Amino acid sequence: MTSKANDERKSDIVYDVDNLNLWYGNDQALRDVTLDIKRNEVTAIIGPSGCGKSTFIKTLNRMVELIPIVRTSGEIYYHGNNIFEKTTRVEDLRTKVGMVFQKPNPFPKSVFENVVYGPRIHGIKSRKVLEEIAEISLKRAALWDEVKDRLHDNAYGLSGGQQQRLCIARVLAVEPEVVLMDEPTSALDPISTLKIEDLIHELKQTYTIIIVTHNMQQAGRISEKTAFFLNGEVIEYDRTEMIFSTPKDKRTEDYITGRFG
Amino acid sequence: MDGRINIRELIMKSAGGALHRRADRIVSVFLLLAASISIITSIGIVLTLVTDAAHFFSEVSLRDFFGKNLAPLGSNPSFGVLPLIVGTLASSLLAMIVAVPVGLTAAIYMSEFAPAGLRNTLKPMMEVLAGIPTIVYGFFAYSFVTPMLMKMLPGLEAKNVLSAGLVMGVMIIPMVASLSEDAMNAVPTALREGALALGSTKLEVTLKVVVPAAISGIIASFILGISRAVGETMIVVIASGSSKKLTFDIMQSMQTMTSYIVEFTGGDAGSGTTGYYSLYAVGLLLFIFTLIMNLIAQYISKKYREAY
Ligand SMILES: Nc1ncnc2c1ncn2[C@@H]1O[C@H](COP(=O)(O)OP(=O)(O)O)[C@@H](O)[C@H]1O
Ligand SMILES: [Mg+2]
Repeated sequence: MTSKANDERKSDIVYDVDNLNLWYGNDQALRDVTLDIKRNEVTAIIGPSGCGKSTFIKTLNRMVELIPIVRTSGEIYYHGNNIFEKTTRVEDLRTKVGMVFQKPNPFPKSVFENVVYGPRIHGIKSRKVLEEIAEISLKRAALWDEVKDRLHDNAYGLSGGQQQRLCIARVLAVEPEVVLMDEPTSALDPISTLKIEDLIHELKQTYTIIIVTHNMQQAGRISEKTAFFLNGEVIEYDRTEMIFSTPKDKRTEDYITGRFG
Repeated sequence: MDGRINIRELIMKSAGGALHRRADRIVSVFLLLAASISIITSIGIVLTLVTDAAHFFSEVSLRDFFGKNLAPLGSNPSFGVLPLIVGTLASSLLAMIVAVPVGLTAAIYMSEFAPAGLRNTLKPMMEVLAGIPTIVYGFFAYSFVTPMLMKMLPGLEAKNVLSAGLVMGVMIIPMVASLSEDAMNAVPTALREGALALGSTKLEVTLKVVVPAAISGIIASFILGISRAVGETMIVVIASGSSKKLTFDIMQSMQTMTSYIVEFTGGDAGSGTTGYYSLYAVGLLLFIFTLIMNLIAQYISKKYREAY
């Protein structure tokens, strides 16, 4: 392999997680997690409740540090830079790595103010530019047609599914590279869920998406890669169709065939 | 029932249901009574104020009442309350200049920045500060703050509204801080997480998300602070004195509405005289003042509300 091809392959790797361990106080929640996340792919994280899925993706943007008792060991490289290094500004990391939460959490502001919150704090002041960003982001989040006439109404007036897409628009408005999603459809009805799944299909052209889901059909529908977590360990990590058709580990097979979890 | 319990039957059998319903009614009557007591008292106060103030206004015109000359005990008494209004506004304004920035900063620190342990010690300490009798604050203003300020401000009089207002502000800090902190604490963590995940710093989260979301509670704390300042009596009696001259110089003594009332309930004005009835007129004015402030507070907090 030539060195150029090698470089290209390397730059395809967005996250390189190396022997990551994490403890809440004395309880270990992640054990020796090692995996690579590729650019412009959807990676699904599946596994039973409490196996560490949320903990894992919250570690990728260091949100997990908000809990004071958390300790970690091991490395996470984001484009080759160790995110735990002192020189990494956590605000910069989170600007490049956006996050959508399990429960929609729009700010108690207007739809417009929600979307432009990120651009505003990052210094964009021009009203015209902000309006443009709002329109682009809401269109990307497939919400524009539903809200274009109520941009200045409070976001709490939207339905749950619309609020979640608003939260996605809010993340897209800062043009991240990676979008982390923690069970983004678990609080939504089936139709809103489908809309968000369609949206994820669109978004993967531009973004790298890491999504936690406990819905295995969903993982099968939307992801290229799937990681199966159990008790804080990655049991199996492979192409999604491999995981679902020919799992190598007995425990993966048990889980996807519904024998536990 | 062959040994198994039938929950449905147990519920139906116990007469509890009916009893509870009756107890419910009795409790709600008691609650209504308790609520009525405070409403009836308020109505009583307003009626007393209005009827006695009516006596006063049958002898003194509104124009004289809102005049500049206040000399209630002279041989030709005059009852212009402008000096009292200015004194009340000046002392309250000074108090808020101290209490709003310090109280809000303390609240922000406690709610967003202090480690949990520190916060749990700071808040009770502040509440102790709020429990100090106001006469102690008055004495502190008169015998400590005024002499200290005199070294910096040579023109300062021994009784002056400046130190009364500043100390009143210190007295109000815990109230503003504690109520604002409660309002910010009630903002859901999910909002902070959403903002942090977009790359905000802690300060940005505080100023752009938490404070706006808590703004109605914060404004309410300011207004309660102002009400407290307008109604505060002992500090101004002791430290600001009883000058009835109309002035805007905060280095001088000014009398407030409350300290006027204190002076004249001391017995200087005989019952039934115009001076006696002027107390009710000033009292009514004070009442209207606080009422207007509360209405403003309600309006503002409704207008800027970011309900979550
Ligand atoms: N804030 C916390 N403090 C202590 N333990 C926690 C905390 N959050 C999660 N845990 C523990 O970490 C483990 C993994 O939790 P989590 O990552 O939320 O799992 P999942 O998202 O897969 O359901 C669980 O055992 C859970 O109890
Ligand atoms: Mg979870």
